[in-house]
Amino acid sequence: MTAREAILGDIRANRPAGEFPLPQVPLFPPLIGDDPVAEFGDRLKRMGGRVAEPGTDDAFADLRERLGSAKVIASAVPELTGNRDLRAVRDPQEVEDVDVAVVRAVFGIAETGSVLFTEGELIVNAVAYLAQHLIVLLDPADILPNVQAAYLRPEFGRSAYAVLHTGPSATADIEGVLIHGAQGVRSLTVLLLPRRAG
Amino acid sequence: MRIGLFVPCYVDAFEPEVGIATLELLERLGCTVEYPYDQTCCGQPMTNTGCHAEAAATEALFVKNFSGFDYVVAPSGSCVHQVREHLTAIPQTEEVKKVRASTYELVEFLHDVLKVEALPWARFPHKVAYHTNCNALRGIHHARPSELVKPFYSKPLDLLRMVEGVELVDLARPDECCGFGGTFSVFEPAVSAKMGYDKVADQNRAGAEYVVSADSSCLMHQKGCAERLGVPLKYIHIAQVLNGVAA
Amino acid sequence: MSVEDLNPREREGVIHPEVRARDDESARSQDGGRLQHAEAASKPIRAPQIREAQPRGAKIRGDRPIDQAEAAERFLAAPLHQAAHDERLWDLRKKRDVSAHGIPEWEELRELASQIKTHTLSHLDRYLEQFEAAATANGVQVHWARDGADHNRIVLEILRNRGAKTLVKSKSMLTEECGFRHHMAANGIEIIETDLGERIQQLDNEEPSHIVAPAVHKTRMDVAEVFAKTLGTDPDNDDAHYLAESQRETTRPYILKADAGMTGCNFAIAETGTVVTCTNEGNADLSGNVPPLQIHSIGIEKIIPKVEHLGVFIRLLSRSALGSPITQYTSHFRAPRAGTEMHMVLVDNGRSARLGMEEFWTSLKCIRCGACMNTCPVYRRSGGLSYGATYSGPIGLIIDPTFNKRKYSTLPFSSTMNGSCTNVCPVKINIHEQIFAWRKVLVEEHHIPALKQGMMKAAGAVLSRPAAYRAAIGAADSALKVLPRFAVYNPLNTWGKKREMPEAPRQTFHAWYKQNRMKDAGR
Repeated sequence: MTAREAILGDIRANRPAGEFPLPQVPLFPPLIGDDPVAEFGDRLKRMGGRVAEPGTDDAFADLRERLGSAKVIASAVPELTGNRDLRAVRDPQEVEDVDVAVVRAVFGIAETGSVLFTEGELIVNAVAYLAQHLIVLLDPADILPNVQAAYLRPEFGRSAYAVLHTGPSATADIEGVLIHGAQGVRSLTVLLLPRRAG
Repeated sequence: MRIGLFVPCYVDAFEPEVGIATLELLERLGCTVEYPYDQTCCGQPMTNTGCHAEAAATEALFVKNFSGFDYVVAPSGSCVHQVREHLTAIPQTEEVKKVRASTYELVEFLHDVLKVEALPWARFPHKVAYHTNCNALRGIHHARPSELVKPFYSKPLDLLRMVEGVELVDLARPDECCGFGGTFSVFEPAVSAKMGYDKVADQNRAGAEYVVSADSSCLMHQKGCAERLGVPLKYIHIAQVLNGVAA
Repeated sequence: MSVEDLNPREREGVIHPEVRARDDESARSQDGGRLQHAEAASKPIRAPQIREAQPRGAKIRGDRPIDQAEAAERFLAAPLHQAAHDERLWDLRKKRDVSAHGIPEWEELRELASQIKTHTLSHLDRYLEQFEAAATANGVQVHWARDGADHNRIVLEILRNRGAKTLVKSKSMLTEECGFRHHMAANGIEIIETDLGERIQQLDNEEPSHIVAPAVHKTRMDVAEVFAKTLGTDPDNDDAHYLAESQRETTRPYILKADAGMTGCNFAIAETGTVVTCTNEGNADLSGNVPPLQIHSIGIEKIIPKVEHLGVFIRLLSRSALGSPITQYTSHFRAPRAGTEMHMVLVDNGRSARLGMEEFWTSLKCIRCGACMNTCPVYRRSGGLSYGATYSGPIGLIIDPTFNKRKYSTLPFSSTMNGSCTNVCPVKINIHEQIFAWRKVLVEEHHIPALKQGMMKAAGAVLSRPAAYRAAIGAADSALKVLPRFAVYNPLNTWGKKREMPEAPRQTFHAWYKQNRMKDAGR
């Protein structure tokens, strides 16, 4: 008998008595006010993330300092040109020297300040963790009210990899002292930049 | 309405005033109270230790003593919890089920059955920290425990507010267990005592003069800890306060 | 009920002022406010900088029953460690309260989570088959392991087939259950834990003491000492930022060169074949996205039916565990990256047997948030290692005996059964009731000391016979002097070591009643 058959057999033999129907999960009212963009920003900041507004002439004006001090910039978005071509990367290890990675989020969640990426946005999944800093473009129109709404989206069923980032990598494993950049990015900044038309 | 008074063994032995206050208070409120003379214990020390077979005869005696009453009232959350939830070492006859369902802790009996609205004789002009016994809190729902997202209520505090002069002080950890835990207090004495010390320190720092509770076992443990620490807190059962004890 | 309704003293919650630190090293927000997300303390809590040796855990002596009380006593004998540990975890409990009170439907979410879990567990065969089919269709290789040894053998074979020698992993209680690290080390595979707390514990050759905060029992001085010995850091520098950064710098090369990566699993989605992990450090994503071979170890009870159900569990998990609305990373691994391999190992290790235990099967609902540990007054004063088991605290008390009844026979007694654990549990496991039920089972199967059972038998004999009871506690005033020993059911007098004995009153209630109320009763 294979392990599979044995386990399934034991489960069937030990099935708990009684009926346990799968409940219908109601749609809960979103716990956010009238301004989901502001709520998103507030909550993201509380999770250690930063929020940047696009400049009128230069969308990245707020971020020029960070970008300027970066030696290696990997951009996965058409709005910014970096100096490391993610599409040319063969092994994830190659992006370990990236200082700043720039990616676009599929959507944001106001309840938590989270953003979603899939392998489509990241091109190289590992860049979102091996880079020192992450800049995220998010169209304010792409902000969903809450986690429940997020999990009704199709990306989770069709992407090989989908990940919600809520602020940067964090740890407080030593005496509860909050430290950003435990293993992944040291900072995460969301630039509220609408997608280009078309 | 026939009311049987159950005086738990440790109240009988160590805190007879609590039994007396319970009896007098119920009588003041117009109840006729009987005290079955052959009562001993609810069986909790044994069942809490997992020894259900060893508890069976004691449980049977409890039922024998208290069947036939409309209500059984006891000044102890943990004993009432035992009777209501865990008196299961004997066959569950109709008689047993009836006794279990009719057993009330004093505070809830006053609050929910008698629906007491005033205690004109009661005066206790002191700073009081209320200690919520865990079985009373989470087992028989004396109050909204701090863990649950539900509207706040507290039956013992409702009653204490009817007592003139009571000034309630706030604890840092209002419903953390004090460490008595029945036989836990003797089988795991170091942790039990440390929990008691922490509880006493919290009460002391809150500026309490008296600690009031609906359970004598917690009070006995905390009092023992306070005395060992040299903290001059006084411990008193809620039955005595509600009965108008002159402190 | 909002947080503002809590009194200021309760909001602060501190009962050990000696561990409240003045200066604050925690990260600040963009607006300058103090941040307290992830497992961060809501206020600075720090063991005073006085050298105090770290108390070690329970002594393991084969299958002999763990003496939790003994280990707890040693933990208490290190008061600085104990105070910091207690305040730190109580703070997480308070953060949890604040977070939960922000969700009006909190209790409804708990009920839904519980129902989804009981439903799935009662149809687990079907959902596992669905999961397997979906994962296989996604290009994942699915394996089944009956127990820990099976799991380790399967993973070793996967690694050997690809010539893999190093593996980076994120935290997984399941692999702790399996003794995975030790087994791999014995077989020449280098394993590197990538969660900071777990890495600290690995370097100190100690088990995790808490499900989500593995090194919560250690002070910064302890960590500095471990890192100085193992990573070559400055032994006199116990700055948390320095220590964390040293770990990052020394772990990254392992991540980059690892042949394989492994994660545990918080939720496995039957509908899509997805493994979901929830971490704050991003280390699961590094383990899953950098090496060319990725392995996910999954306890079979982790299955939930559909993606939409994550909308219930994700909202509960981090709020219950840490008081944070969500973990920094919620990662959904469904299919391998191009050109790489992805394996999922479904592990039973006692779970299917537990499913058949009428009183205990619902412990399989557990989502490993650690809320029951944070709230447990005994756990906070004993340290997780005092339980001598993979799972400590309240959930450990009811799970551990399913692995080894004799060895863990003492654990269900390390509780006051106060019930707080049950109330914080996001999936509504009746933990304290199961502790009570375990005690009965352990007595019936003769797993408690003869002395203890003998005392209970004697107590039962006395308490069931009014005459014997009266004789024991004394019919007359003078006999009350012998009372304390009886009343605490204890011939060992452990009560009096740390507490004053209650004074025997002038007369019992019984005697009072007879004297004052039965004059006319003719009795």
